[in-house]
Amino acid sequence: MILRLAIGSLLARALTVGMTVLAIALSVALFLGVEKVRTGARASFADTISGTDLIVGARSGSVQLLLYSVFRIGNATNNVTWESYQDIATRPEVDWIVPISLGDSHRQFRVMGTTPEFFDRYKYRGGRALTFAAGHSLGDLYDTVIGADVADTLGYAVGDPIVVSHGLASFTAHSDQPFRVAGIVAKTGTPVDRTVIVSLEAIEAIHVDWQSGAQIPGKTTPVDVIRTMDLTPTAISAALVGVKSRLQVFKLQRWINEYPEEPLLAVLPGVALQELWQIVGIAEKALIGVSAMVVVTALLGMMAMILSSLGERRREMAVWRAMGARPATILSLLVLEAALMAAAGAVLGVALLYAGLALARPWVDATFGIWLPIEPPDVRELWVLAGVIAAAALASLVPAIRAYRMSLADGMMVRI
Amino acid sequence: MTEVRFRWPGRASFAIDVPAFRLEQGESVLLLGESGSGKSTLLSLTCGIVAAQAGRIMVAGTDIASLRTGARDRFRAEQIGVIFQQFNLLPYARVLDNILLPLRFAPVRRARAGDGHAEAEKLCESLGLPARVLSSAAGRLSVGQQQRVAVARALIGRPPLIVADEPTSALDAATQDSFLHLLFAQVREAGSSLLMVSHDERLGSRFDRVIHLESVVNTQGADA
Repeated sequence: MILRLAIGSLLARALTVGMTVLAIALSVALFLGVEKVRTGARASFADTISGTDLIVGARSGSVQLLLYSVFRIGNATNNVTWESYQDIATRPEVDWIVPISLGDSHRQFRVMGTTPEFFDRYKYRGGRALTFAAGHSLGDLYDTVIGADVADTLGYAVGDPIVVSHGLASFTAHSDQPFRVAGIVAKTGTPVDRTVIVSLEAIEAIHVDWQSGAQIPGKTTPVDVIRTMDLTPTAISAALVGVKSRLQVFKLQRWINEYPEEPLLAVLPGVALQELWQIVGIAEKALIGVSAMVVVTALLGMMAMILSSLGERRREMAVWRAMGARPATILSLLVLEAALMAAAGAVLGVALLYAGLALARPWVDATFGIWLPIEPPDVRELWVLAGVIAAAALASLVPAIRAYRMSLADGMMVRI
Repeated sequence: MTEVRFRWPGRASFAIDVPAFRLEQGESVLLLGESGSGKSTLLSLTCGIVAAQAGRIMVAGTDIASLRTGARDRFRAEQIGVIFQQFNLLPYARVLDNILLPLRFAPVRRARAGDGHAEAEKLCESLGLPARVLSSAAGRLSVGQQQRVAVARALIGRPPLIVADEPTSALDAATQDSFLHLLFAQVREAGSSLLMVSHDERLGSRFDRVIHLESVVNTQGADA
């Protein structure tokens, strides 16, 4: 009966209560949304690479190496010579090695030179292999395989021509050596979706007439001639390495890091990712802190709403008291009302969150490559919701204690 | 009441003193007094909402002045039915919930009422309210209907004492008369005592006794 009366009391003030519930709902949706994006981003990053034991590049920072080699974020400060690459490839610990050459682009997408082995060795989301939605792997020198987002965004199909631009923000195109789309990789939710993949030799081929980052004036080697040339690269940006036994990873890593011929860096992807989380952890905490403050603000708004309604509810409190309700009953009635508002806000917030996720997911995926999972609230999120309701009950103690005191002081004959 | 003395906490300017006041079982008494004369304070003391600093207040054989706060609240729910001047009901609650509200805090009275729903229906019928109003929101009723629902709520479970604070002041003359007729009939049937405060002397003819407040209460300052 008390619960029914509390609900009735809230419904009688539908507008103010509705606004309060909406404020709580939006704050809950924001708080859980930040958490979803945070965990979604972490999961997407963690899912991007699996099965690779070491990433090797020129000596820089481990996070930088991870970012440019796997996530196509930032650039390599230096290259790895082909000789060094071959020295690593011939180490007895190495099971497989895939070179990566970055630096050029097509429209807003990065171009990556590699070997066809990349399509067999690159694994994501717990060991899944790349598959082709259309076409096939690299065959001809001027074949290219594009990611799903490249195909979707630019409307490319197998057989379409592609001209690669020199560098990342350049107006100079390698238009004399156009590529042909040979295959489209099925959607992975990784940076591969936003990558134009060509062969390592093709990267050499399009730079035949280039020196020090600029085209040699007046020199245009015919494609037929280029096809006959030795296109072994002189340098690569990085390499993905798989070892025969996990026990050998650290031995190989130490050998590469101490490689005397040139300064190299070998990192374990998981360790580099952890370093990355440590860096972004502060920003994450700040974001969580801000969204938590929004929840606190909404709860303070609720407290203010209850406080301001006490004046006009003194007569109601007097009726309760006259019927035999103890001041503690009045206190618990107000706490119950607050908990009900918070519970309604929490449920509405979760509904808003899922509606928002459903609407934003395709855009977030396409724009940031972050896959936001739409799953039932987990135990942690349920604890958050319970925490919001408990915090609301706690916040309502301020007006509830005031009502308690008023009901003691007013007696039962309130004159308003 | 015997040698009762009360001063509102934090309002040192107002105090009342009741040397002796008695209401017999089944008796109806009209207390007449002007605004600020201490009527509300006297009713709050009678109902045990506030505790006297000195003296004895015996209701149905129990000295409520000696009870602790929780026990006084429980005693009030069990033994006293209250009718307010106006804004008597919880407007958002159903009429039935309003009538049954005191039983929520009074197990003995609840047991005495038996089937609360049937009892509420019977009381409404006796007070001229159709059974269908039980499921209506109290705030949707006319003022006259609301006052009759308030009577039903005060009488449910037949408490020995009914306290009424100017229950007719919001009613027009014709409605006042029929309301008092119904109230007295129901109070008699329940065998309850009736203590009503008012400033309207014309109501006096219906009561067993009419008492001017100043003859039983000594006040100091003015009540709020």
